[in-house]
Amino acid sequence: MTTASEPYVLNIGPQHPSTHGVFRLRVVMDGERIQDIDMVVGYLHRSMEKLAEERTYTQNIPFTDRTDYLAAMSNNLGYCLAVERLADVEVPERASYLRVIFAELQRLASHSMANGTFINDAGAWQTPLMYMFREREKILDLFEMTCGARLTTNYMRIGGVAFDPPPEFYPAIESLIDEMPTRIAEYTELLVDNEILIARARGIGVLTAAEAINGSITGPMLRASGVPWDLRKAEPYCAYDQFDFEIPVGHTGDCYDRFMVRLEEMRQSVRIIRQALDGLPSGPHKTEIPLALRPAPGEAYARVEGPRGELGFYVVSDGGPAPARFHIRAPSLINLSLLRQMAVGAALPDAIVTLGSTDIVVGEIDR
Amino acid sequence: MAALLEAGVPGSVVTSTDEWVEVRPERLVDALRWLHDDPEMDAAQLSNMCGVDRYDHFEVVYHLQSLDQNHQIVVKARLHDHEAASVPSSYPVYTGALLQEREVYDLMGIRFEGHPDLRRMFLWEGYPGFPLRKDFLQISADHHPGLPHFPFETGKQER
Repeated sequence: MTTASEPYVLNIGPQHPSTHGVFRLRVVMDGERIQDIDMVVGYLHRSMEKLAEERTYTQNIPFTDRTDYLAAMSNNLGYCLAVERLADVEVPERASYLRVIFAELQRLASHSMANGTFINDAGAWQTPLMYMFREREKILDLFEMTCGARLTTNYMRIGGVAFDPPPEFYPAIESLIDEMPTRIAEYTELLVDNEILIARARGIGVLTAAEAINGSITGPMLRASGVPWDLRKAEPYCAYDQFDFEIPVGHTGDCYDRFMVRLEEMRQSVRIIRQALDGLPSGPHKTEIPLALRPAPGEAYARVEGPRGELGFYVVSDGGPAPARFHIRAPSLINLSLLRQMAVGAALPDAIVTLGSTDIVVGEIDR
Repeated sequence: MAALLEAGVPGSVVTSTDEWVEVRPERLVDALRWLHDDPEMDAAQLSNMCGVDRYDHFEVVYHLQSLDQNHQIVVKARLHDHEAASVPSSYPVYTGALLQEREVYDLMGIRFEGHPDLRRMFLWEGYPGFPLRKDFLQISADHHPGLPHFPFETGKQER
């Protein structure tokens, strides 16, 4: 005899440790299996795109910190590149190198966090996360040393960077970069063959390359599906065309591959920082721009390879002191486009792992 | 590019510059599908889309990306009806439009005809107006602030 089951609605969040912020999932369950999944967002909506229309171009830089607060440097960089393209501002070479160094440090910090919380979601409670936090802490110390803030850095400026790093920055980053490869090797040893991780993440949340491309998925998720697409190579900005690094790709596009791609990208980031530090040119770190910057009417779309994917800024000028339109292409939000496809039919704990592997930041989803 | 698009989808192009091409809203999906399928254009990914309020009309801007050819195509559609702005949904061509179109609808108030799940996203159903419109702060006089019913719940339970 079989017992008929009846679908029921399960709310995950808004306050739930696995949603990494105020993010709610409304899941229709049939026993253990997911029948339908819907996300409810907006709890952190601050309407930055509207606020930006009443502030000058420079005043908008701190807003970009507060979208993706785990990758503030990348957000600063993307916005400054867009305004520089709009207003035709030249950036000194030293500033480009410093931007690369800080963007890659931010990628290291963000990927540490992503991988740590992902393993946390998969069931290896807290210990790997704390290991990952150890290195992230040192990177945040470097940020604090340079610009006085750890998360909301507000470091990039239109035309360069705000400050030259202080003298004590260089020995600190040298020792970090020297020790990082051994640390990453440690994680590899600890986690790559870890039974918890393999059992929970292999074959879960699979996206094929064609699905991922059509679904606007970018960043490590797209690369895990086997598409070697990285804006640092495809459309080099700053000084990325002068460095030697590789694009790691996955094979199956499951959660395990996403984890592995992020781990390998950390290794490549260390390589880039090493080369940028060795070749760091001297000179000014900033071009002076007029305080009341009024770009000619027009529009510019600039994008960077953020830790979560393509981070784009679309800025429209009508000739005034503030942007007429300021749009952020938020990879955290757009990478959730295929959430239903990844989660329907899976068991509930697998959906949690899938959500963890997309590496969302709710501040960026809601903006 | 614009000439090729006009040859591929006759009657679609309105005007074009070096950076973007403007298409007729009613031919938008055909144009996107042609750009997606054509091997030369190869617009495989809808990289970004957003709405812009230009006071007398709306613009919907699509940034399309070719991953094989490594180029970007910018397509615009201009909507002159400010009250009932609507454009066909690009979801049949790009599944990645699912959340991006919902976002534009939520904040700019442009309807996407044929979208499978067009609801407010960041704001709740019944929120007065669309914040990214330039005339948003002129809220109508009969609006009373506060929640008439709990957000996202179906059924009308008046406060």
